[in-house]
Amino acid sequence: MASREPKRYIVSEPSASLRPESGDYPSTANVISMSNKDAAAPPESSAKRLVVDASNISLSFETADGKVDALSNVSLEIADGEFVSFIGPSGCGKTTMLRVIADLQQPTSGSLLVNGMTAEQARLARSYGYVFQAPALFPWRTIEKNLKLPLEIMGFSETEQQQRAEKYLALVNLTGFERKYPWQLSGGMQQRVSIARALSFDPDLLLMDEPFGALDEIVRDHLNQQLLHLWGTTKKTVLFVTHSIPEAVFLSSKIVVMSPRPGRIIDIIECNFPRDRTLEIRETPEFLKIAHRVREGLRAGHAYDE
Amino acid sequence: MTNSAAALPSWQPAALRRHPLVERYLPVAVIVAGLIVVWYVAAILMNLSLVRGAFEREETAYTIGDLISGTMSAERPLLPAPHQLLAAFLDSVFGYPPTAPRSLVFHSMVTLSATLFGFVLGALLGVGLALLIVHSRVLEKSLLPWIICSQMVPILALAPIFIVVLGAIGLQGLLPKSIISAYLCFFPITIGMVKGFTSPDPMQLELMRTWSATPRQVLWKLRWPAAVPYLFASLKVAITISLIGAIVAELPTGAEAGIGARLLAGSYYGQTVQIWSALLASAVMASGLIGLVGLAERGVATQMGTRP
Repeated sequence: MASREPKRYIVSEPSASLRPESGDYPSTANVISMSNKDAAAPPESSAKRLVVDASNISLSFETADGKVDALSNVSLEIADGEFVSFIGPSGCGKTTMLRVIADLQQPTSGSLLVNGMTAEQARLARSYGYVFQAPALFPWRTIEKNLKLPLEIMGFSETEQQQRAEKYLALVNLTGFERKYPWQLSGGMQQRVSIARALSFDPDLLLMDEPFGALDEIVRDHLNQQLLHLWGTTKKTVLFVTHSIPEAVFLSSKIVVMSPRPGRIIDIIECNFPRDRTLEIRETPEFLKIAHRVREGLRAGHAYDE
Repeated sequence: MTNSAAALPSWQPAALRRHPLVERYLPVAVIVAGLIVVWYVAAILMNLSLVRGAFEREETAYTIGDLISGTMSAERPLLPAPHQLLAAFLDSVFGYPPTAPRSLVFHSMVTLSATLFGFVLGALLGVGLALLIVHSRVLEKSLLPWIICSQMVPILALAPIFIVVLGAIGLQGLLPKSIISAYLCFFPITIGMVKGFTSPDPMQLELMRTWSATPRQVLWKLRWPAAVPYLFASLKVAITISLIGAIVAELPTGAEAGIGARLLAGSYYGQTVQIWSALLASAVMASGLIGLVGLAERGVATQMGTRP
């Protein structure tokens, strides 16, 4: 880590990097700084603690059809307290990026620091809570026991486990369901349990891989609001993978737009709505402007195929 | 419902038809009755030449009625009639004190103790092997072929070797029989538990990884509970195999006690009724044992909050 190159900030106008090109992308265009503002004033960004500091992450693997570049030269800095959404079509590497940060997959090359540690150290230090696409609750445990599972594993005392189970069930509005088994709850409630479980041991970082993908629109809106409220009250850093543009714009302080073959970042969009935003902001011109820019980015990524 | 009730024949009251006990047991009773009829017909046909031969040797006149009643009460029939078998069975179960060598209860207990001991040994061995296989790729590659090979050798050929070898080192009675039982019944448990231990969802395994759980925690908090349904399915298979193993183990020793000994003695002396009684006793034991495993399964499932 010590021999790492000094960080390069390559400033590129979004319009330039979004330009659909028929040939290869210039390799430098894949290394994109957080924003122009950061690039202009590096000291300001270093003042805030970086939770994720990735540079030139690549991940490729061999399949029967040849080599697949799941990630290609991805560089990314995420500061403490941000809500960052990863959006892009299937195969763009957004889930892979999250899994690399979680040390569930190892990059082929590049360097990565999570909370100032390597990804493996961060995992062993239990720095993050992970929420999968499915609730993945343990069917033989009651809701309360499911919530206590990570606490049991981490060796919390019985009373501490009980206090935390009560606190986090209340946080996701599931008080009263302690003794129920997962199959007795709806899909949305189960996913709320899995979010409470990820928060129960109070990690700094919450990694969420399309947590609401399988839920209907109304439940999704509701959970989005709850999640924003959680983010506002707990001040955690959230990394959130999604397919939905409105969801990404509504939730995020920063949107990372990705594109497939090879998986790479093509735009990073700041999104500075107040933390206590409501669903109504989705009708405002600023919201639509950002959504439009995300859509443009996704379209540019797709143009590559055609 | 009312329509179908109205369509029933008038001799069958609709209320009776709808009674839950009737609905549950009527199909079984019909099949059993059918089997008994087939059995009687088979008994008449199979014992007919035997009975006719006896009459002709004694040169007495006989009618068809005499022939048929003869097939129902022959002393050493090829196939005993159901009522003959039932009478002999009840007599050998209740007619003697349970310690008497003519009591079927005595012989059943001898076999049952070897079965249960062998079952416990086999279950421990089966689960142990499954654990080794799940946790080590090398062991999976090296153990699994031998485990499969072990089941390809006919147990009838192996059992005498086991008995002789174990006898030579001073092991007699219950233990050699239990070892043969265990040898047979560990296999379905190993196969079932390898499947069970690897049954957790990849997401659940990755969650454990994100919490940096130790392998021991992954085993006790995830793999083991996930394997419980597989455990009971394989235990049900294993316990009947264990019973067969114990009976087979009693054959080559010329054992003086046990269901196997009864079968052997019956075939030496042409006592078909005795053979059938012993078979009936082992069938009753097998269904009792499976019933017990099923009961345990239901108890554990309730404990684990399984969806009813």
